[in-house]
Amino acid sequence: MPSLKDLKNRISSVKSTQKITKAKQMVAAAKLRRAEERAKEARPYTQRMEAVLANLASLAEGNPNAPQLLAGTGKDETHLLIVATADKGLCGGFNSSIVRLARERITKLQGEGKKVKIVAVGRKADDMLKRIYGDLIVWKTNFMEVRQIGFGEAHDIAGEVLKRFDGEEFDVATLFYGKFKNVVTQEPTAQQIIPAEAPEGVEPPDLKGAVYEYEPDEEDILRELLPRYVAVQIFRALLENVASEQAASMTAMDNATRNAGEMIDQLTLQYNRARQAQITKELIEIISGAEAL
Amino acid sequence: MADKLNFTLVSPERELMSRDVDQVDIPGSEGWMGVLANHSPLMTTLAPGMVRIRDGSDEKRIFVRGGFAEISPTGLTVLAEEAMPAEELNAEKIAQAIKNAEEDVADAETDEKKLAAQQALDSLKELQAAL
Repeated sequence: MPSLKDLKNRISSVKSTQKITKAKQMVAAAKLRRAEERAKEARPYTQRMEAVLANLASLAEGNPNAPQLLAGTGKDETHLLIVATADKGLCGGFNSSIVRLARERITKLQGEGKKVKIVAVGRKADDMLKRIYGDLIVWKTNFMEVRQIGFGEAHDIAGEVLKRFDGEEFDVATLFYGKFKNVVTQEPTAQQIIPAEAPEGVEPPDLKGAVYEYEPDEEDILRELLPRYVAVQIFRALLENVASEQAASMTAMDNATRNAGEMIDQLTLQYNRARQAQITKELIEIISGAEAL
Repeated sequence: MADKLNFTLVSPERELMSRDVDQVDIPGSEGWMGVLANHSPLMTTLAPGMVRIRDGSDEKRIFVRGGFAEISPTGLTVLAEEAMPAEELNAEKIAQAIKNAEEDVADAETDEKKLAAQQALDSLKELQAAL
């Protein structure tokens, strides 16, 4: 049976924890709104880009000179997994669910005798993967010092990835991130970015019989477009990740706050009981002392 | 009144403009072009420079660096890697951009890349002179 003082200490400690989780929840809610907005603002560019790519990809189909970024290297030997997570914890199962998805993929690929390389984006990805797959991580980065993720960061990651692709270090690149569905659901997602998969569901515009002109020619444009497409995909994943992280963090902190509340109620009840028991005990002592006289 | 051109300018981070205008001049990599409504379908890469948007007597200028322009029957779309309205430009930002471009020229591995970087640098210097 804990003493009254112990109970009091525990209650105050849980209370201060609750204050922290509550504050973190509110911060996450504010950040989430901004992150969602940014993800939304980036959407028109991605959509237009996909439309343009779908348009060009149909031209490049079956062309032996098609760029490798679109057609692939013709091999399927080495896989590069780009695992993007948050830098910080306190967001429930968000990071671990992305890492778990990546880990399942690694096990599967290794089972098939393929080589796997990892690019870890975000501190948590590195932390969680380096224990088992430390030797597979070829490059890592995080945004601890970046206040707001911009296209520049995505561009840098894409640059690293493309450099390795040009150096024939891998054949297929897959991007892992948390897709933001809504505030309560974030879905860990794997998306292949090299070779680029022509986006589905994008209709090429009706030209009414006219033919596209290209300046310079199609191949040059495609060669310029594809690296950018990779960067855009990464950028989108990063933005979705930020929104998902904040949403997950908000939910997790909301739960934590509620749990802390329940715990405080319980402890308070226990404290009051103990206090009353003590009072009763003291009364009995006084009364029996008086009776004895 | 002639038909209006549906014009959209987007950068990865935001949509800068989406509306109907009279004419847009864009800096194509192979030369300037003025786009009016009902232009034939065309796709071009962009050189760094000012996109001029004219609507009636109103003229807006937006600086773009790198990207594409696509003209389809539905209108003109400019996908800029970086875009900045002229009002937000200042000498300091241009000086920074020029510094970056100079580094690009120095770093270029092939003649082709060097030429492209040099062109970018020249257009920036022009811009600096114009301000």
